[in-house]
Amino acid sequence: MENSGLFFNLVPLIVILPVVGLLINIIFGQRMNEKTIGTVASAASGLTFVVSLLLGYSLLAGGGEAQSIHFADWIKIGNLDIPWTFRVDTLSVTMMMVVSVVGTLIHIYAIGYMHEDVRFKGDLKRYARFFVFLNLFIAMMMILVSGDSYLMLFVGWEGVGLCSFLLIGFWYDMDTLGRPSWANSNAGNKAFIANRIGDFGFLLAAFTMFWFFGSLQFGDVFLKAEEIAASQPGVIMAITLFMLIGVTGKSAQIPLYVWLPDAMAGPTPVSALIHAATMVTAGVYLITRSWAIFSLVPDAQYIVALVGAITALFAATIAVGQYDIKKVLAYSTISQLGFMITAVGMGAYVAGMFHLIAHAFFKALLFLSAGSIILGLERGHHHLAHHTKPDDPHEEVFDPGDMRNMGGLRKQMPVTFWLYMIGSLALAGIFPFAGFWSKDEILLDAAKNHTVVYVLLTIAAFLTAFYMGRQIWMVFFGKSRHAAAEHAEESPKVITVPLMVLAAASVLGGALNLPFLHSLEKWLEHTIELTAEHAAGFHGYLSISWGGLNPLVALVSTLLALLAIGLSWFLYGRNPVQIGQIDPLKKMLGPLFTVFENKYWVDEIYGVVIIKPYKSLARFLAVKVDWDFWHDWLHDTVIARFFRWFTNFLANPIDLGIIDAISTGLANLTRSSSSALRRLQNGFVRSYALSVLLGVVLILGYLLFK
Amino acid sequence: MEGTIPLTYYITVSAILFTMGALGVLIRRNALIVFMSIELMLNAANLAFVAFSNSYGVLDGQIFVFFVMTVAAAEVAVGLALIVAIFRSKHSIDVDQMSSLKG
Repeated sequence: MENSGLFFNLVPLIVILPVVGLLINIIFGQRMNEKTIGTVASAASGLTFVVSLLLGYSLLAGGGEAQSIHFADWIKIGNLDIPWTFRVDTLSVTMMMVVSVVGTLIHIYAIGYMHEDVRFKGDLKRYARFFVFLNLFIAMMMILVSGDSYLMLFVGWEGVGLCSFLLIGFWYDMDTLGRPSWANSNAGNKAFIANRIGDFGFLLAAFTMFWFFGSLQFGDVFLKAEEIAASQPGVIMAITLFMLIGVTGKSAQIPLYVWLPDAMAGPTPVSALIHAATMVTAGVYLITRSWAIFSLVPDAQYIVALVGAITALFAATIAVGQYDIKKVLAYSTISQLGFMITAVGMGAYVAGMFHLIAHAFFKALLFLSAGSIILGLERGHHHLAHHTKPDDPHEEVFDPGDMRNMGGLRKQMPVTFWLYMIGSLALAGIFPFAGFWSKDEILLDAAKNHTVVYVLLTIAAFLTAFYMGRQIWMVFFGKSRHAAAEHAEESPKVITVPLMVLAAASVLGGALNLPFLHSLEKWLEHTIELTAEHAAGFHGYLSISWGGLNPLVALVSTLLALLAIGLSWFLYGRNPVQIGQIDPLKKMLGPLFTVFENKYWVDEIYGVVIIKPYKSLARFLAVKVDWDFWHDWLHDTVIARFFRWFTNFLANPIDLGIIDAISTGLANLTRSSSSALRRLQNGFVRSYALSVLLGVVLILGYLLFK
Repeated sequence: MEGTIPLTYYITVSAILFTMGALGVLIRRNALIVFMSIELMLNAANLAFVAFSNSYGVLDGQIFVFFVMTVAAAEVAVGLALIVAIFRSKHSIDVDQMSSLKG
């Protein structure tokens, strides 16, 4: 083999290692202590990262040529042959590295976090189960990004959906505050069902593709795409739009985004890993992977970009009006995913992937820091409970995630404060953090291609900076608004060290694709043909370029971000929010803020428009159609009666009258004929002899006279 | 051939003997008499064999007679043994008594 000496054949390990890790924890988990369980899971994930690095090195050394590593035969029916093949190219390896590095850090973080979670009551079984799910997630995500066909991708796609469901409902018997309730398991169901709708779209896309292309392998599909686009352009359009439905489900875009905010019911490491950094970006990966199809239908691309841009703005406005620290980040994630979807919709695949990577770092950082803050507040609360009223059952329910309970935390939790600061600045797109570079690339592409999209995204970026500023001022500055915040304590090293690594990545992440260098672009160019956005000629001020960085776009977005931070200081920093005070923005915006606060009542609207009719339809179908019509009337009346009549008919006339009559008739005949014949057997030897004699005479007579 | 007895005579004698034998078998109840009647029938057949053999000048018939006599001797041996056995159990040799196979 030409690539001997390189590590391509190691690729199955990226799935095998996490599976080994989870098997160890399943089998021996109950006999090990927390540290060992966490270490096994983290090591499995960490080794996966090492393998990803080796694969990256092999690609670099091998010239970036895509490799297909056959692992096992899967489906072989007639002409249909779908093997389990790993695809190692620059795109999949990029995803592998992001998933495994963020995954590993979050595994380590989770060792500390899960131990300190107030809902965790020392149940080792549950602790092991958590890490089993995390490892399963890593394995499934790896299958998703490394599959060589849409079917393998779909296996991973469903697998991560399953893990998401399992982990959102991890505390399935309580709500986010640890009270007995079905809230968390309902949130898990919501995520699963919303994703199911999206997955249905994905399946339709895959079926259409198989019908017209006769294959689901990436290579075959991309090869034939152009030919089919020329003869049947509608087919490609349908495939891309069906795929978009799948993307809106998995990547939480309008109209299926509603599950993601509720998914915050899961433990914070899960929110960071699955619902911010990796799984939700699967949609972005899918579109980037299918660039050869999407590039053929500009109309569909425009729809994708528009969906992304509208989502980005829509979710950003909701984030402005939220009080729960994780909910703000959840809506921010939806908004940022909108940015990525917009980018890949415009054909700016590198910008989308760049933002995906940068976002994975800083949003994981933000979520994990938020987890650290929540833990800090819980510690403060615990401290209080011990000192004042030990076991008061009427104690008010304390929500450690509510920003209105926080304030002034920068003194109590300095490390977390600085980490959160870095994450926020990166998210807000302030120079020189990672978010600045990646968001700017998307904005520049939007400015070049679609003015509407550019305007939407710029407002969204402004709001992003604003709600992050609001959060920082509310959480870390001013005076504590709750006694628990006053007694908050910093988190231990096992929690803060992974955060520091992520913070470093958030600061330096921009170096992946700096202007002039374009290292990520050159890296991905091996997999994606980049033509459209760079070949097009521009006019006027947009043609100014510093090695791919447009000063005007960069300046506008930076100024807007600074303005937004200033505005947030004016509202929340100058006069810190007091206990029980109405949100300052509410005074300014009035009813509009109420709309944001209530998330545009989308859940309620869905409830009235879709869920309620759906439930009554289900009830109608169950009671009227299934029970009354189908069961009572058709089965019990029509079919049962006919059946009874028919069996009667078969039993009496047919069976008794004909079948039985034949056999009894035969028996009677035998009996009567035998009773007639038995008279011949009189037992007298002489009569037998006479018969013999007569017989002989008869035969002889016949022979003589014939 | 002058001076020889015609074949018809032999056949007539043979037929008479056979008829007597057959009647004996059918009519008499004493097993021994039945036996003797069977022997009579066998010897009627033997007579016919020899008569035809002599008449046609072929030895086949005479050879058959030997066989018949041998079989008759064997049959008598077996038959007498049976009669003895029956007599022992039934104290009678009346063939009509032996009717346990009556249907």
